[in-house]
Amino acid sequence: MFRLTCPHCGPRDQVEFNYGGDATVAVPDLNADEQTWFDAVYIRENPRGPHTEFWQHVAGCRQWIRIKRNTQTHEILAYGAATGPMSDEATTSEGSDK
Amino acid sequence: MSRYSVFSVLKGGLTGQKHWTRAWRDPKPQESYDAIVIGGGGHGLATAYYLAKLHGITRVAVLEKGYIGGGNTGRNTTIVRSNYMLEANSFFYEKSLQLWEGLSVDLNYNVMFSQRGVLNLAHSDAQLDAYARRGNAMRLNGVDAELLNRDQVRKYAPNLDFSDNARFPIAGGLLQARGGTARHDAVAWGFARGADRLGVDIIQNCEVIGFEIENGAVKGVQTSRGLIKSEKIGMAVAGHTSQVAALAGLKLPIESHVLQAFVSEPLKPFIDGVVTFGAGHFYISQSDKGGLVFGGDLDGYNSYAQRGNLPLIEHLGEEGMALIPAIGRIRMLRHWGGVMDMSMDGSPIIGKTPIKGLYLNGGWCYGGFKATPGSGWVFAHTIAKDEPHWINRDLNLERFRTGRMVDERGAGPIPNAH
Amino acid sequence: MSAQPNRLGGFGHINRSKPIKFSFDGKSYTGFEGDTLASALMANDVKLVARSFKYHRPRGIFSAGAEEPNALVALREGARQEPNTRATVAELYDGLVAHSQNRWPNLKYDTQAVNQLIARFIPAGFYYKTFMGPFSSTKLWMIFEGFIRKAAGMGTASGLTDPDRYERSQAHCDVMVIGAGPAGLSAALTAAETGARVVLVDENPVLGGRLRQERMEIDGKPAYDWAMATAAALQAMPNVRILTRTTAFGYYDDNLIGCIEKVADHFPVPPDNLPRQRWWKIRAKQVVLATGALEQPLVFGNNDRPGIMLAGAVRAYINDFGVLPGRRAVIFTNNDDAYRTALDLLAAGASVQAIVDARSAPESDLIQAVRAKGVEILMGHAVTNTHGHFALQSVEVMPLVGGSPREISCDLLAISGGWQPALHLSSQTGAKAVWNPESCCFLPGPPKRAERSAGASAGQFSLYACLSEGHVRGVEAAVAAGFKSKKSWTIPTVAIEKPARTEALWEAPDSGGHPKKFVDHQDDVSSDDVRLAHREGFVSVEHLKRYTTLGMGTDQGKTSNITGLAIMASLRGEPIQAVGTTTFRPPYTPIAIGAMGGSEVGQHYRPRRRTPMQDWHLERAGEMLPAGMWERPRHYPAHKGETLREAYIRETAQTRRSAGICDVTTLGKIDVQGPDAAEFLNRLYANGFAKLPVGKARYGLMLREDGYVYDDGTTSRLAENHFVMTTTTANAVPVMAKMEYYLQVVWPDLKVKIVSVTEQYAAIAVAGPNSRKIMQKIVDLDISNEAFPFMGCAPCMTAGVPSRLFRISFSGELAFEINVPSDYGQYIWDALLEAGKEFDMVPYGLEALGNMRIEKGHVAGSELDGRTTAEDLGLGKMLSKQKDFIGKALAYREGFVADPRKKLVGLVPVDGKSSLPNGSQIIEKADTRPPVKMLGHVTANGFSPELNSPMALALLEGGLTREGDIVIVASPLKGLSIPAKVTNPVFVDPEGKRLHA
Repeated sequence: MFRLTCPHCGPRDQVEFNYGGDATVAVPDLNADEQTWFDAVYIRENPRGPHTEFWQHVAGCRQWIRIKRNTQTHEILAYGAATGPMSDEATTSEGSDK
Repeated sequence: MSRYSVFSVLKGGLTGQKHWTRAWRDPKPQESYDAIVIGGGGHGLATAYYLAKLHGITRVAVLEKGYIGGGNTGRNTTIVRSNYMLEANSFFYEKSLQLWEGLSVDLNYNVMFSQRGVLNLAHSDAQLDAYARRGNAMRLNGVDAELLNRDQVRKYAPNLDFSDNARFPIAGGLLQARGGTARHDAVAWGFARGADRLGVDIIQNCEVIGFEIENGAVKGVQTSRGLIKSEKIGMAVAGHTSQVAALAGLKLPIESHVLQAFVSEPLKPFIDGVVTFGAGHFYISQSDKGGLVFGGDLDGYNSYAQRGNLPLIEHLGEEGMALIPAIGRIRMLRHWGGVMDMSMDGSPIIGKTPIKGLYLNGGWCYGGFKATPGSGWVFAHTIAKDEPHWINRDLNLERFRTGRMVDERGAGPIPNAH
Repeated sequence: MSAQPNRLGGFGHINRSKPIKFSFDGKSYTGFEGDTLASALMANDVKLVARSFKYHRPRGIFSAGAEEPNALVALREGARQEPNTRATVAELYDGLVAHSQNRWPNLKYDTQAVNQLIARFIPAGFYYKTFMGPFSSTKLWMIFEGFIRKAAGMGTASGLTDPDRYERSQAHCDVMVIGAGPAGLSAALTAAETGARVVLVDENPVLGGRLRQERMEIDGKPAYDWAMATAAALQAMPNVRILTRTTAFGYYDDNLIGCIEKVADHFPVPPDNLPRQRWWKIRAKQVVLATGALEQPLVFGNNDRPGIMLAGAVRAYINDFGVLPGRRAVIFTNNDDAYRTALDLLAAGASVQAIVDARSAPESDLIQAVRAKGVEILMGHAVTNTHGHFALQSVEVMPLVGGSPREISCDLLAISGGWQPALHLSSQTGAKAVWNPESCCFLPGPPKRAERSAGASAGQFSLYACLSEGHVRGVEAAVAAGFKSKKSWTIPTVAIEKPARTEALWEAPDSGGHPKKFVDHQDDVSSDDVRLAHREGFVSVEHLKRYTTLGMGTDQGKTSNITGLAIMASLRGEPIQAVGTTTFRPPYTPIAIGAMGGSEVGQHYRPRRRTPMQDWHLERAGEMLPAGMWERPRHYPAHKGETLREAYIRETAQTRRSAGICDVTTLGKIDVQGPDAAEFLNRLYANGFAKLPVGKARYGLMLREDGYVYDDGTTSRLAENHFVMTTTTANAVPVMAKMEYYLQVVWPDLKVKIVSVTEQYAAIAVAGPNSRKIMQKIVDLDISNEAFPFMGCAPCMTAGVPSRLFRISFSGELAFEINVPSDYGQYIWDALLEAGKEFDMVPYGLEALGNMRIEKGHVAGSELDGRTTAEDLGLGKMLSKQKDFIGKALAYREGFVADPRKKLVGLVPVDGKSSLPNGSQIIEKADTRPPVKMLGHVTANGFSPELNSPMALALLEGGLTREGDIVIVASPLKGLSIPAKVTNPVFVDPEGKRLHA
């Protein structure tokens, strides 16, 4: 049972989260063509190694988050909110005026 | 190579069992073969066996990166059944079950297939209705099925929870009496020995690291032991299908997930057939050695780790106790994980690929072990004839594109939901 | 025979003031508090305690710990019976009852011992080569299998419900120390002194590990005193938690250690306030593995007789339990450590007939000390065979090079093949064990997680190394966890030893007769079996294990795996490292499945969701049906004896005639608010929602991304930016999660907030021609057809309670649904019942609800099975052409549009009487001989009082193009073949007049 870091709540046990699959697959526009949707719905890289994936913090803030995890070792490599940079990616200073 | 029989074992008893030789040879890879099967699990070995036996293709190599039967063949809960509802699965798994019934004799190797039944429990009338739909379809397809009421279930498996304390009382169940269990390792070894005797080279410690592809047709494989040529290559590497297919530039509707399995300390006979819990996901049987063999859901996340984590283990404890309250004082001896090829509709993919001469056998989800002989049988046909047998025609790779899913659970393109 | 004839005066840590009565195989004995069952049996001179798995050979006690392969017993009786319990770890308690197992009729005269006579005919894997034929079926095999199954197994499970409780607990710490021997105690102490939160676990009831079992000195005093003092010091520290009787069974991801605490296994029955066992999940920042080492046996002829025991175990029985395992001992070793056993035996008054040392000419202080006591030391010798049946009588000893065997009489053979670090937990992290030829054992590989091994588990076998390494690793772990090492540490003073090198002896030679030499005692795997496996090509360690069952017993090969693979390595002519170990799978020792389940058992297996009106239903419902974690009333019998069928038909008829009331709380309810709420729903649903007026509800259909129908429900616009959505009961949770996904991940620009309000509102449906009159009595709203037409919705006050009223209908009648805050659910339900009294309004259950929806051809769960398209369900027109929505892109693929697809139709039996059972398949002709082409199946069936006929919904190839056809509804499971006519799926009020009344 690994620990996932929720960017909103902090590190939490895996049981608080539901798995949401490959996060590198972008949901196409609703008007995108059949081929684009086919690839998004069915085709997976399925890497053995680092895998960026969605989890939903269902027993916490209910936010969908992203985790980069090694599928061979289960090592957690990075985390991030539903959108935006991951913790191991450089953030751009632009727009960070909050 | 001596034939196996009770007499040969008795004779060996007088000579210290010293007359036995290797069950299969340890050949060096040749330069080329008429067909190559990647993956020395049950499916790959069965494919090679049937290629040689039924299609006269004996210059066949099985390439195994580790030792044969070391993947899911040796990690599963050994259940054999053909209780499927959808036609595309039903005929295929029934063919497989029929092969199982004669397999020990065919292979001259006792794979210990024992038909003590597979019972799916229902805990509500709605669940019984769903089983009735499946059971009626099975019967009309020529597969055995019986719908049991609560009392009949009690007779079949008296150790289940029939008390008032059950959160989800047992309503009945669907029994396939011809289902059962087999000795998983023996299936790999039996097919290996059978294939070897027909001339197939089984090459262990030989990892495929690339494909030779010219003009959209496969010409051979690069391996850790050098280039091996062939114009017919079958992949039977479930668990790692995406990885091997990627070497040929293919992307597939498959995710790899970890499925855990468990065995208890050995006990005198406690449960006869296979029983599956209907108010959760838990299945249990007892091996001939006496261990209760059980499993349940996937851990739920992509994994190649061959080991799982505690949440699922706790979950299984709860389900085990809910199903069989007497299980509490029985001890779990060992648990492990296997890597499942989870396809996008929960059914396998056996057929051609866009690359000529390259054939795909994967996406087995939970169903791989029981399919072993049938899978080898249809895959050998597909490789030999360059077209699927009618039995595996609908289990093609194209179905995801065309929308002709074979989705027994109706869970949709969510691999961990199947 | 005197009581406890083998008990030693002046030795051991047992409490002699507390004698404890127990029985084994029906015979009563006495032991002392602090004994294990094994030590107490040994004290009473019970030598034969078990039979082996395959050959039923007589077996005694082999070890003094968790590694025990032989001494398995059935502990306790009745529902508390625990088969396969290792006597060496079972704590003695008053009234303990144990029985031997796997023998018939009794331990001494076991008929299955006949297997020893035919052993040569049943080598490893014999079953793979036999019992196949002669016919191509499984019948013959299954006959043999029946015998094999009866013969196999070890203990017997009671089959009775486990009466004890289990619970789960969690802990977090900075440093977790596993094992409380010298290394673990040292590590825990130094880590704790930095201020780190330390958890120390040990499987034994008392801390100290081997220090309890050895006669050693620390700081000039007995090592045991140091252990007790250190344990007391740790106990006194507030930042230290000590868990005894706690086995760390598995090392999981992110330093989560699974542990089992045997809270009450040392009581006859757990006290009321205690669980039997506690399942711990301990999350540690850093871990120190001080799990010790397991002594390995030696392989020689008949090496399994009662009286043959690990040398370290002999010391444990003498020093910890004050029991003398034998009076005339021979010691067989390949290392120095076993010489301590000679000294301890001598000190305890036993004689040591000889030390048989496989090494050619080792020299050390310890050897000198033993020699000085006058013990005969046979260097370069091996034990080659043993004699005695139920107890050891003599051993044959032979020089390894040249010479002939000599027999030495003895009643105890202490053996030592060296010590193997307990690598289980380290190996579970993925650290690959490394063979160390110097000490002939595997050492832990480079760590993959935040862990380090200390002491014997790291191959540091001397007491000095254990203490000093323990100190270092403890500090190191605390520092790694962010604490500062505050002072210099003093390592206690102990004698420095310089033992002679261990030399491998994997298998002793034969001295004639070719006796069985056991590698795995429990499963009776002999060295010949290993050779057979090699001969047949099962040369990988995994193949060896699987083919011979080596290491597959309840001990998981703790005393056999290494020897087995070493023998295989020599057969293969390869170094041991190249052959490698098999994977160390958790758990370290077997764990009760009850403990895995915790307290989530019986009625607590899953939570039970209750609607606010649950108690009312429970009082009146004929039956409650599970609906996920909810339970819903199936029907309400009007009188005792009214059947389900009578009741639901009556409820249906009365609702359609006058009025009925139904609890529909379980439907999912999601509150959707924000300026983009309409746009969001418009993308989510296949039909349009952008233009839904305020004060209106609409039936919505949702597709999955792959184009199949996902869910349905009505969604109402309460205000410009405020909707309330309903989902099916089954999909309430996943639909919510999916909506959150789209809002957070895909369309974060949409200004919408959603929240599940399923449990905040009670939902009650009132249906039937009189429903308006009833409802009007208690709502403050004009609900005339003009003011509040079909699909209207509005906030209102109901009997003084703020609520929401919807004019929606599942039954097809004029109907209203009211949502009120859950706390008022029962109040409003009662108010409605009161208002409905004059109209003889009936409560209706799930069965009538379903029946009425079938009459109306409304789809529900059995049609929305994840394989149907909107077109299949007759809802194709709902897929908007005007807009894009989830699932649209893939909903027109070839397989979705090409016939034949199965589409929704109605069915009525031709005879007007036969019911059409759910799950029946539809076929063309009454011939059910397989294979039969199936055209479709019955999804739902009921009885329509209006038609006065059974009816059903079905999915049928061709759909309504077959209207009027006669088909066969076949249920081979029930032996039924019923001719039925295909009809429109809407049986009642096809024009929908009643809805709009």
